[in-house]
Amino acid sequence: MNKHQDTPHEIDAHTGHTTTGHEWDGIRELNTPLPRWWLGIFYATIVWSVGYWVVYPAWPLISDATKGVIGYASRLEIAQDLALLQQQRAAQASGLAEASLEQIKADPALFRIAMAQGKAAFGDNCSACHGVGGAGAKGYPNLNDDDWLWGGTLADIHLTLEHGIRVAGNNDTRISQMPAFGKDGMLKPAEIRDVANHVRELAGLSTEPGADLAKGREHYAANCAACHGDAGKGSKELGAPDLTDAISLYGMDLASLTETISNSRAGVMPAWSQRLDATTLKALTVYVHSLGGGQ
Amino acid sequence: MSSPNISASAPKKALPRKSLWAKHKIFETNSIVLIIGTLLVISVGGLVEIAPLFYLKNTIEKVEGMRPYTPLELAGRAIYVREGCYNCHSQMIRPLRDEIERYGHYSLAAESMYDKPFQWGSKRTGPDLARVGGKYSDEWQRVHLAEPRALVPQSIMPGYPFLARTELKFGDIADDLRANRGGGVPYTDEMIAQAETDLKAQATPDHPRAAELEARYPKVQARDFDGDPTRITEADALIAYLQVLGTLVDFKLYDDKANIR
Repeated sequence: MNKHQDTPHEIDAHTGHTTTGHEWDGIRELNTPLPRWWLGIFYATIVWSVGYWVVYPAWPLISDATKGVIGYASRLEIAQDLALLQQQRAAQASGLAEASLEQIKADPALFRIAMAQGKAAFGDNCSACHGVGGAGAKGYPNLNDDDWLWGGTLADIHLTLEHGIRVAGNNDTRISQMPAFGKDGMLKPAEIRDVANHVRELAGLSTEPGADLAKGREHYAANCAACHGDAGKGSKELGAPDLTDAISLYGMDLASLTETISNSRAGVMPAWSQRLDATTLKALTVYVHSLGGGQ
Repeated sequence: MSSPNISASAPKKALPRKSLWAKHKIFETNSIVLIIGTLLVISVGGLVEIAPLFYLKNTIEKVEGMRPYTPLELAGRAIYVREGCYNCHSQMIRPLRDEIERYGHYSLAAESMYDKPFQWGSKRTGPDLARVGGKYSDEWQRVHLAEPRALVPQSIMPGYPFLARTELKFGDIADDLRANRGGGVPYTDEMIAQAETDLKAQATPDHPRAAELEARYPKVQARDFDGDPTRITEADALIAYLQVLGTLVDFKLYDDKANIR
């Protein structure tokens, strides 16, 4: 029996409140008023909103919105925030901007600031390739060891950071181009196999039983020695890796070597002077130099 | 029928006056009236809060450098959406100091004006991608997409090795451009007619039509993105898309002060 009764508004004896007049199967609905504290807050928020309209940007008008009396603007706020940050950094790192890399390295106070700033910049920009601790990955050099492709002195590291590696359109970038001996038909597959085995021989690793090492040596001397040296010691001027040590960017197993010799490798690194300011680059240089392998 | 706690003998108090406040009964007892009333109230809110965004000068700021996505980038964007990248990656750098320090200049509304729909996202399990273009090499993107942990050991991103193995299907790319034009992206008839050629030209090194592509889409990056110049794969498209993100506006030229709000 759902019956609406319009008669209503009787007083409920138990609570003293009126009823709404709705009745369902003998159950009537109380018309309990909202608690006063709740109503109070509700009206206060309405009053608050009026204040907000006055103080902050609020109502849209014809071509703009009302500005508010305190002149707040989110873009203004962030601009001020960033200016303040720069100011703080400038005060903290004023020495960093003027000091040479060697001076920073030698001065404990400057060194501490450079390491802190370098670590933050490294985590943000470098760790995606070189790893959080600088341990690298296949194709991305480990920065903790003292085996450097392009040199590990402060000046070398700084130049690499500034201009990157194989950055198109950058005249000072580190650049070298290993030929793709297989793809470009300079060596036949069997010859590549011999060279790969000779490279393993240079590194003191085991060689395949069927490989002709003498031929491999011959082809190496004719094709590879110009950059990697007769003994495979490499050249930092040319970015040619040392083939004799246990450290290898792309792997020293036969499959990896064959791939490298056949198709060449040409890793890239961005020129960070386009993204980072001079002080950050200095801090990064000192940080990377101090990871373990700085020369 | 009377319930026991309504005393029958209680004197009936005078009914409250039928003020305006008492007239809400018509909404509560008539669903159609309630629906119409609700729509009216909501549309007032919409008018005041949403409608001005379409005409206020500072919300429709024009920015130098924005252009529609190239067909290859658009195809890459479709893969981005298909794989649900937006579930973990936002494309919205907020105007907060820490975000600007990490990701670069805060995002402008104009930078997503050709995104239908935008990919701002609301969750960052991975980093923001609004300005990921140019931050990493194609090779890095390629390896990272196939096996994220090969490069970032602590990453929890799933691998997408199939992208580099799957040929990109782009037979309908012209329709895709046309649909975007329907949504307000200013693709010209020529762009639509040449969509397939442009797509191939961007993914193929030294393509004979590359100059036309560049003329239609300034600052376009045309090269082989996935390391296999013989095929155009889904990885080509996705990496082309990732490499263009956030690179179109030159912030050395953009004047923040002109648009304080």
